Amino acid sequence: MERIPVLRMGSLLLITIQVDMHDKLALQLQDDVTERISDWGSTGVLIDISSLEIVDSFIGRMLANIAGMSRVLGAETVVVGMQPAVAITLVELGMSLAGVRTALSVEAGMELLYGNAISGSENERTEA
Amino acid sequence: MNDLAEIISQNEDKLRSEWIRTMSSAVERADLMSKSELDEQCGSILKELVGGVKTSGPENIAGAGWNGARELLSSISASRARQGFSPSDIATFVLSLKQPLFVLIREKMAKSPDAMFDMLLSATQMLDSLALVTTEASISAREELIMRQQQELLELSTPVVKLWDGILALPIIGTLDSARTQVVMESLLQAVVATNSRYAIIDITGVPTVDTLVAQHLLKTITAARLMGAECIISGVRPQIAQTIVHLGINLEDVITKAKLSDAFALALQRSGRTVVKIGSASAANPLSGLFSKREE
Repeated sequence: MERIPVLRMGSLLLITIQVDMHDKLALQLQDDVTERISDWGSTGVLIDISSLEIVDSFIGRMLANIAGMSRVLGAETVVVGMQPAVAITLVELGMSLAGVRTALSVEAGMELLYGNAISGSENERTEA
Repeated sequence: MNDLAEIISQNEDKLRSEWIRTMSSAVERADLMSKSELDEQCGSILKELVGGVKTSGPENIAGAGWNGARELLSSISASRARQGFSPSDIATFVLSLKQPLFVLIREKMAKSPDAMFDMLLSATQMLDSLALVTTEASISAREELIMRQQQELLELSTPVVKLWDGILALPIIGTLDSARTQVVMESLLQAVVATNSRYAIIDITGVPTVDTLVAQHLLKTITAARLMGAECIISGVRPQIAQTIVHLGINLEDVITKAKLSDAFALALQRSGRTVVKIGSASAANPLSGLFSKREE
């Protein structure tokens, strides 16, 4: 069965969405992420959606849900690499993903998460 | 009424040369027309006239028989409007046919004044309607031009400038409506991706008024930028606009706003871990540090 891989990078989880998301896949991903966080004790989740070109309200809600679930499990979520068209679509759908943090690239997202892990504060510096 | 068609077709050459002569003296910018082109245009219009009068009659300009004449006149008028002829010049193109045609009708119909009057009446109706066709065509050609320029203005008026590594500025000039917001949003987001910028400053100094709709459009743009991982700062809020925003009860609390572009730029530099230092004090402490030195924490 098709599955989105959840990779472990130290204390982080890296999820790269490279296929068209359909509803079953999204639900499966929610299961996987929550299980991995509790198994590995991850402190951060990085979701790379740079190759996602089509988004609907369900996928938007799914992203917000994963962030919410991760927060409950003690991990912070960063969504990285959103395409302009996807961002515009989500705004037009009225979804601002309020609880989700965002970054331009995987690199910036990792800095954000590692910065949080080290200082444990809301320090948003990208330049070391 | 086929007499009119006959009169025109039998005397086509004479009518054409007289027509061109009358037109050349009446039109102000006769220098814009080439003689051979004019000759050809007049000839084909006369042919269409004959066809139109024969099939649909001179009064019924909207009829199917006049399709050819109407299309021909529209295209000629549109191209003249683009060349810079005034609307009256374009209408004169058709109206100057009246004089030679009426002279001709008088010659041919001298024996029966009643029939001559009827023919003159229908001929003048026909030419007036055709002149209206040319005026409408020239106006719609101008409207097209205005529409295109509006479109170009829309694209020109939303430049995205890079202020520093990772800091963009977007000066908005003019009122924000839905169509412009779309353009602004798209160009800003594209630039964020292209330059990998973490901060975007939206400067609204050039926006005359901010109402709830404009504020909503701004918030949409800011949310979209945030979704991509860029932070937006609004700058250039004038005192009156600050008052309006509060009076209208617009919620801008989640957005960073600054009075001046320089304040916003300073904040963006500070957030990205940079600071602006005066050259004297910086070089005294460290000769290698330039205008902008990275702040060590």
